[in-house]
Amino acid sequence: MTCKSSFVYSKNLLNYHFYADHPFNQIRVRLTKELLKSMNQLHEHSIMNPRMATDEELALFHDRTYIEAVKLASKGELPSSKQADFGLNTDDTPVFEGMHDAAALIVGGTLEAIDAVLQNKVSHALNLSGGLHHGFKRKASGFCVYNDAAVGIQYIREKYNMNVLYIDTDAHHGDGVQWAFYEDPHVCTLSIHETGRYLFPGTGYVNERGITKGYGYSFNIPLDAFTQDESFISIYENAFREIIDFFKPDVLITQNGADAHFLDPLTHLNSSMKIYEQIPLLAHQLAHEYCEGRWIALGGGGYDLWRVVPRAWAQIWKVMNDNQPFTGKLPNDWLLKWQKEAPVTLPTYWHDLEEDIPVIPRKEEIMEKNNQMLEHALSYIKTQRNLK
Amino acid sequence: MLVEKIMKKNVITLSSTATVLEALQLLQEHRIRHIPIIDKEKHVIGIVSDRDVRVASPSILDKQANQQVLKKEIREIMSTPVVTIHPLDFVEDIAKIFYEETFACLPVVREGKLVGIVTEKDMLYTLIQLTGTHMPSSHIELKVPHEPGNLASILAVFGKRKLNITSLLIYPDHEDSNYKIVVIRVQTIHPLPVVKDLQTNGFEVIWPKPLQGAEE
Ligand SMILES: [Zn+2]
Ligand SMILES: [Zn+2]
Repeated sequence: MTCKSSFVYSKNLLNYHFYADHPFNQIRVRLTKELLKSMNQLHEHSIMNPRMATDEELALFHDRTYIEAVKLASKGELPSSKQADFGLNTDDTPVFEGMHDAAALIVGGTLEAIDAVLQNKVSHALNLSGGLHHGFKRKASGFCVYNDAAVGIQYIREKYNMNVLYIDTDAHHGDGVQWAFYEDPHVCTLSIHETGRYLFPGTGYVNERGITKGYGYSFNIPLDAFTQDESFISIYENAFREIIDFFKPDVLITQNGADAHFLDPLTHLNSSMKIYEQIPLLAHQLAHEYCEGRWIALGGGGYDLWRVVPRAWAQIWKVMNDNQPFTGKLPNDWLLKWQKEAPVTLPTYWHDLEEDIPVIPRKEEIMEKNNQMLEHALSYIKTQRNLK
Repeated sequence: MLVEKIMKKNVITLSSTATVLEALQLLQEHRIRHIPIIDKEKHVIGIVSDRDVRVASPSILDKQANQQVLKKEIREIMSTPVVTIHPLDFVEDIAKIFYEETFACLPVVREGKLVGIVTEKDMLYTLIQLTGTHMPSSHIELKVPHEPGNLASILAVFGKRKLNITSLLIYPDHEDSNYKIVVIRVQTIHPLPVVKDLQTNGFEVIWPKPLQGAEE
């Protein structure tokens, strides 16, 4: 199986940069791109330039006052008394010069990816700089200024009038996207994440199901800390299959945050690379089964910049193109080049070595609890099915 | 927090001469489980719950008997005397009443007159609000010696990083009475820097747990 796909890239996407030691760092996108090039799996003709999203496009989801505030802040002209209101200049989203342009380019990248797929130029498209799922209508949050996923989905609704299934496997709850479409029955969201009892943002409980006409179209499966591969993959497969069969979308958007890994410093799901092979494989398969292939994949979180994210994200592109994840050793030239920059020892293989994966006690209990959450989350589908 | 902040002010009531049938209809129509019974001066003279009505009806199969029961006056089946509370009572104290007693509803009375109602469900909702998440935030849990000044030092650490605290909870450490557990929800996706500061200042952090990737 070979599928035509587009890879959104421009070095300007790396301008979304808070400061040197900030945990969110788009060097991940470059590392992934170069890794794919070293593997000879990314060709110039597949690379698509992002465009800048217009104010009108940003306003599909964001408040005009917020867009103006971001613009002012980018020039250092937003009074500090107003910054807090918009979640700007906090520890998480400090203001930097050119912030508006950098954030709008990411949104434009997602819009380009959407257009390419929905105008049948390609089957799939990947914007790893996107997936900024915490951005709110009028507030920056959790490293996210503009929410490219929310803008993109609304763009699909208005321009193509299609039903959208959004699948979010970032370790954090996809709150910004969920609340954006909480009342919309044409957009179904599934977020699988570490429980918000401890982790940011705190929401994403199983009984958040949507309101009014959107009731039953938001799904949340909060997983226990230390969930690991087996339980994560089984929950993901079950939930994804049930929900896509219930909703029957026209197009699939995935948010592919890579922060559930045991090396990630911000979270505690403790997965290995295995889930980053399975996540795109199933998305790819179901996109063909239900959406005639229409699949746009986005990036997201991921805070082990060197050892985890490039490997995880390269797999999405590989699977998108020929449905086969990479195996074996990482390319030498890539390792040689980046080991000089990396503060940690880079891995040698695409997979994680068994001896490096932490052993977690209470595995059975955690699995049982996660399965209960899954059942709870899907109970609405089951009742709907029984009614029919 | 005061009762007047959480009580429902629109109370569905009945007079003691109303019939069981009327009570049944009101309970169903408004999807409620309790009806305070009041007199002309709005004094609470009893209370009727959905359970009282059910118990009073001998059998749903026995149509004849049922009809008789439904015509009965409320005063024959209502519970008395009624425990009432005041709008200025503390919600925390009301929780204790619910915990110790079997009833699940408390009429609120000011100057002898009914002004509101608090149910066990309202109470739970309030507790969920107190311990829940209203803003995107992360959870930090500390084990702190039960000594004066500690809380102030903890808060100073957060203040220095200009981090917004969205909720703060302190409760006794059941394993060691010399310690308190302090739970803080803070508005950041990245709590590690402040966690490090707390550790540098000598505080024991229970969550987030140190993990393999976290040492960098
Ligand atoms: Zn394909
Ligand atoms: Zn995340």
